[in-house]
Amino acid sequence: MLDKMILGRYVPVDSTIHKMDPRSKLLLVFLFVCIIFLANNLISYGLIGLFTLILLMLSKIPIRFLYNGLKPILFLIIFTFVLHILFTKEGEVVFNFGWLEIYDGGLRQGLFISLRFTFLILVTSLLTLTTNPISITDGMETLLHPFKKWKLPVHELSLMMSIALRFIPTLMEETDKIMKAQMARGVDFSSGPLKERIKAIVPLLVPLFVSAFKRAEELAIAMEARGYRGGEGRTKYRQLKWQTVDTLLMLSLVVLTILLVLLRS
Amino acid sequence: MGKKLVSLENIAFKYEGQSRHAVDHVSFDIYEGEWLAIVGHNGSGKSTLAKLLNGLQFPQAGTILVNGKELTEETVWEARSKIGMVFQNPDNQFVGATVQDDVAFGLENAGIPLPEMVQRVQNALNKVKMESFLNQEPHHLSGGQKQRVAIAGVLALQPDLIILDEATSMLDPRGREEVLETVRELKEENLLTVISITHDLEEAAKADRMIVMNEGKLYRQGIPTDIFQMEGELIELGLDIPFSVKLSKELKERGIGLIKSHLTEEELVRELCELHSKM
Amino acid sequence: MRITLQDVEYRYQINTPFEHLALHDVNMDIVSGSYTAIIGHTGSGKSTLLQHLNALLKPTKGSITIGDRTIESGRKEKHLRAIRRSVGIVFQFPEHQLFEETVEKDICFGPMNFGVSEKDAKDRARKALEQVGMDEEILEKSPFDLSGGQMRRVAIAGVLAMEPDVLVLDEPTAGLDPRGRMEIMDMFYQLHKERGISTILVTHSMEDAARYADEIIIMHQGTVFKKGTPFDIFSQPEQLLELGLDVPDTVRFQLKLQKELGVRFDRPCLSIEDLATEVKKAMERGNR
Repeated sequence: MLDKMILGRYVPVDSTIHKMDPRSKLLLVFLFVCIIFLANNLISYGLIGLFTLILLMLSKIPIRFLYNGLKPILFLIIFTFVLHILFTKEGEVVFNFGWLEIYDGGLRQGLFISLRFTFLILVTSLLTLTTNPISITDGMETLLHPFKKWKLPVHELSLMMSIALRFIPTLMEETDKIMKAQMARGVDFSSGPLKERIKAIVPLLVPLFVSAFKRAEELAIAMEARGYRGGEGRTKYRQLKWQTVDTLLMLSLVVLTILLVLLRS
Repeated sequence: MGKKLVSLENIAFKYEGQSRHAVDHVSFDIYEGEWLAIVGHNGSGKSTLAKLLNGLQFPQAGTILVNGKELTEETVWEARSKIGMVFQNPDNQFVGATVQDDVAFGLENAGIPLPEMVQRVQNALNKVKMESFLNQEPHHLSGGQKQRVAIAGVLALQPDLIILDEATSMLDPRGREEVLETVRELKEENLLTVISITHDLEEAAKADRMIVMNEGKLYRQGIPTDIFQMEGELIELGLDIPFSVKLSKELKERGIGLIKSHLTEEELVRELCELHSKM
Repeated sequence: MRITLQDVEYRYQINTPFEHLALHDVNMDIVSGSYTAIIGHTGSGKSTLLQHLNALLKPTKGSITIGDRTIESGRKEKHLRAIRRSVGIVFQFPEHQLFEETVEKDICFGPMNFGVSEKDAKDRARKALEQVGMDEEILEKSPFDLSGGQMRRVAIAGVLAMEPDVLVLDEPTAGLDPRGRMEIMDMFYQLHKERGISTILVTHSMEDAARYADEIIIMHQGTVFKKGTPFDIFSQPEQLLELGLDVPDTVRFQLKLQKELGVRFDRPCLSIEDLATEVKKAMERGNR
């Protein structure tokens, strides 16, 4: 199940989207989330759909992979759709079956909301699918840089995030190891009454916390030994490059916004 | 022997809430270009020594001189730029998301400009033979490889001295050999001074000089040949003696006229060859 | 208790793009009361193999018989506790599994999971602590206040208190100093001798394998490369060296001497004393 989830996964392929600057991708997603609310008719939704499709094609992420990944969310989309059909009572009745009345307003609403939802999911997953987590962190750090004026600890936040990301696989491995060790001592994590199972978490969590704290302490010492003393006076090894593609894509987004505004009915 | 790089004068250190000194009035010098092995059982104070040398802890008594300058809160960053450290756990010192980011971490801290940084990262990785792993993430590397990256991170900062704080104790034999070979080559190439804190006696036997720590005190210092003459004494301290020393002793007991206990197998084989041809 | 593996195969994350074959065609028979050493490189499948020995992992093909239970691939297995009780595993760096407030509670944790009463478990805790060479005084201490070496011993005591019939040891001395290493290894050997506990030791140390084991199994690229007595295995040291594995110091020295001195040894020496005697004999032979 988890193997098929696409949310938050990075798929390393060589594509235009992959090569883009994480800053432009972050901006794109942010603006996209805003302008999608401008659409309120079929043509504008069609336009957004086309835009999303072009992005997907450019990313070279296998469609099958996307589809598999969306499956778990499909239920949610259908659920919203049905909910709107049943409870929105606007416009004319298009269908009547006993107590059940379906209005064309409900159909429209349901369709639009599920489309909006699908596009949002696709575009946001596209960000994580095509950008490795560390670049996202870098992009965030640069984009948030102006907020330093208001005492936002941008550098610290991004360092924290990148270290957290770096340690996820290590901690996963550790969890597995400790789980196995406790199972060998007779703990049953997967069956028995709920109360027992909750109790079984303690022998897993305590060692995990202990080890995470120990790691944090050792990491802090190692960082200090390597001359780390905060963001002041540091240079940056990773440089972000804004390319023509980035400008083009931002422009296309502007055009899309203008069109959406014009098309509003 | 080269010039004095670091001197410890009557250093004492006690952890908070402990009655016993972790380091109990210890003095010694470290000379440029040497490989110094500090050995001792777990809890003998050898790792605390490493932390003191790098200003990660400050002694309650005594002074540490780095290049003739006293190590204090004010000079600690300067000292750290001259003394690099590689720690025991390969995972808990890997800061960067990828190999190159990790090597660059120290350089970023030092505020090295980008073009030079790129150059130094590349050079350092070439030296530890990890250049083909630039974009590899740490969880895809073996323990030995991670330690080599850690060494590259130290090298990139061009220190005078590298401290290996039990850097090989969590590795398998292959990883251990890999790391030691790397350090040995580096030491020969650019006159890097090495302090290796270890309880691997085979490794210590290859050092230029040894210090034996026991219960926070400096028990003995000298060249390995002399230190391993203590044989039984070392075992009592919870240590061991190298295989060839043990074998030399057994051979002598059986009446084979060896002139001394050999530290390396090569030497022992050579003397046995000579004896054999004389027979 | 006897453990038999038949054509065991194990794949991680089966049926995903990340599928990875870790073990294949593994056959072995570990008889009751034996001392077996498993050696091989990191990544040779040793760790995966040892998790099969008490059904922490179930084979994706083949079967494993542990005592009178058979675990077959593709079958849902229930009630594995009996197996887990009789096969104790000391994992690498076992001190990482400590979690209770006191040493006593932590040691009692395993036995009590297997239905031992609190009183009996406490008795066992005292006994186990003595076996690992520690004082009863620390029973009331928090395990996190102990030194690294003491924590290791407490964790081992926690497994011993389960009173297993088979003890699986995964590099139990990693990171310890020479004295600690020797004390722990001797302690396990004594248990094996006195109580007839079958012992399976996964190790990188050829010295330990040669000194303690009745049988050595060499794992290479996910399968059994060779098995035999230490004597058999180290009679052909070249094979091991080709795989990039070590041989005991004594055997390596014999090889060097054979090459440089041209003397011949008719058997591998597995202890320093034996080697010294043989070297003397060889030197005298050369004299005549």
